[in-house]
Amino acid sequence: MSVQAPVIKDLGSSLPESVRRYTPPPRFYPVIATFALFVGMFGAGTIRYEGFSSPQVILNLFVDNAFLIVLAVGMTFVILTGGIDLSVGSVVALSTMIAASTLRAGWPAPLTIIAVLLTGSVLGLLMGLVIHYFEIQPFIVTLAGMFLARGLCYLISVESIPIKNETFTSFAMGTIEVPGGHFITPAVVISLVVLVIAAWALHMTRFGRTVYAVGGSEQSALLMGLAVARTKVGVYVISGFCSSLAGLLFSLYMLSGYSLHAVGMELDAIAAVVIGGTLLTGGSGLVLGSALGVLVLGTIQTFISFDGNLSSWWTKITIGVLLLVFVMIQRIFTRRPA
Amino acid sequence: MRSLTRHTLFWPLLALALLLVVNVIATPSFFSIRIQDGHLYGSLIDILRNGAPTLLIALGMTLVIATRGIDLSVGAIVAIAGAVTCTYLAGSPDEGSVSRAIVAMSLAVGVCVLLGLWNGFLIAVLGIQPIIATLVLMTAGRGLAMLITDGQIITVNNALFKKVGAGFVLGLPVAILIAMAVFAVTAVLTRRTALGMLIESVGINPEASRLAGVRARTITWTVYVFVAFCAGIAGVMIASNTSAADANNAGLFIELDAILAVVIGGTSLAGGRFSLTGTLIGAMFIQTLATTIPTIGIPSETNYLFKAVVVILVCLLQSPKARAALSVRRQSPLLTKGSAA
Repeated sequence: MSVQAPVIKDLGSSLPESVRRYTPPPRFYPVIATFALFVGMFGAGTIRYEGFSSPQVILNLFVDNAFLIVLAVGMTFVILTGGIDLSVGSVVALSTMIAASTLRAGWPAPLTIIAVLLTGSVLGLLMGLVIHYFEIQPFIVTLAGMFLARGLCYLISVESIPIKNETFTSFAMGTIEVPGGHFITPAVVISLVVLVIAAWALHMTRFGRTVYAVGGSEQSALLMGLAVARTKVGVYVISGFCSSLAGLLFSLYMLSGYSLHAVGMELDAIAAVVIGGTLLTGGSGLVLGSALGVLVLGTIQTFISFDGNLSSWWTKITIGVLLLVFVMIQRIFTRRPA
Repeated sequence: MRSLTRHTLFWPLLALALLLVVNVIATPSFFSIRIQDGHLYGSLIDILRNGAPTLLIALGMTLVIATRGIDLSVGAIVAIAGAVTCTYLAGSPDEGSVSRAIVAMSLAVGVCVLLGLWNGFLIAVLGIQPIIATLVLMTAGRGLAMLITDGQIITVNNALFKKVGAGFVLGLPVAILIAMAVFAVTAVLTRRTALGMLIESVGINPEASRLAGVRARTITWTVYVFVAFCAGIAGVMIASNTSAADANNAGLFIELDAILAVVIGGTSLAGGRFSLTGTLIGAMFIQTLATTIPTIGIPSETNYLFKAVVVILVCLLQSPKARAALSVRRQSPLLTKGSAA
């Protein structure tokens, strides 16, 4: 929403007139489509199930998916440059493992947090360097990263480790009251802050411009003298950082570290980004869309838990179908100018 | 050309040989094969038999990667094949009959071919990127498999069905024979006819191939149907091995193992070149690795770590940039950048 503000400001003084004639720029179409889908799904839920429209249900979408929002934000950066990061799910698991095992060893919470964030960022940095300097496909490099992170998890422990650190548990149990007697968790605030920073970085900084430029055409970006190397490596560092942060949020959510946490979560993140309207070929998309994509996935889950008769596998099938629909729409939109 | 082929297979073979040596040191009886009740038993036979599903899928994946594509949905297809076979058998009046088993397995492979047609349609006709198009089925596929089995692990009791994954014919495990037959047929079809060359040409440049009179679209479509067909057989095999369909765990991560096998075998992910023998070696390497790790006393879960190291090493060996950096250290970085662009 913050990105739309300046556009509206430019449209003259008479507000009602300008609002009536206002047409959003084409790059917002996919996000609007996702938003419409979200509203539509929520509306359908409200009609079908009692209590679906309660504000707490909407807030719970954020509470239950805060880590996924952070993950999808990181993934958006990578996909905007035309890359992909398959390692994010494993890095989440690795982060929960590092957090749980270091806390059990008696490390203070801040040190643990720094260690986890550093591990994720360094892993991202290494993958980025290999991808850029050795010109190996992101797909295979991050696949190796995925195996590496899972392997490291098992190296730490094969068993699940509970988190009993007081700072962590009090943070996990903590709630923030919002007007109307409802609540959110601190994790939600963190995820929203990440979202805002990401939107700012993409639209207000030189780095963000270069991310879009590299995704549009790496060759052109290079010829324009943009810092392609730094940007391409940078997005993987961001994705690694976001994955480890998401891992911290996830360890708060589960209060345990386990090697089998977050299996297949990379697919959820990619699905959220695609449903959010980011082109997988790179160069076009908004982090806001990815966050909306996460909310759409969350709504599907809510649907299933409200219904009671629907089985959990309908989640996967619905995500697959939505993915298909959005990929097809993207295909139609990208074919036209060519 | 021939020396080049030998060169590309040199590293995978060396790696496999090294692993085998490590095994022999750890367990001296590693190579011994004994005959018991007319069947062959031994570590090597186990490796071959357990590696058969991965090998089958990797064969299909080789052709897909040769067209510069990728198929992420094979794991989900494996789960669906098992689900269809077991659900049909469990639901039929005489669970143990031979004809029912044949119908069930054909039905499963048939469904998989349909799924392959679907993937191929998205990629060849609609022109959606292979990663994304197959991601759809990868996500939805396991859900579909659970829909078929109703979320249960379905166990069946059928002699013929059990034979496919766990039985023996002429002393050899049936799984090995099937995988070898598919390997032989694929090798003959691609290397004794022009098909292999056409697949490679599509991988190098689909548009140019089309203009040169190659039916690029049909070839692309065919390879996705073929990989789904292979995944279907592998799925039946995996389900048969345990006489059960587990929609959640059957074929989990097998797409990654298959891609790994192909890459280790020297087939470039950039398309345009493939080696079926390389894939065979790659698949055997992965299975041997999985066997070696517990043998030498490391927890078997850490084999992910070893796989990661292998992938990175193989990719670095294949990367022209890394090779250049290794061989010509004095070359100015500006020159290498220019030649790459």
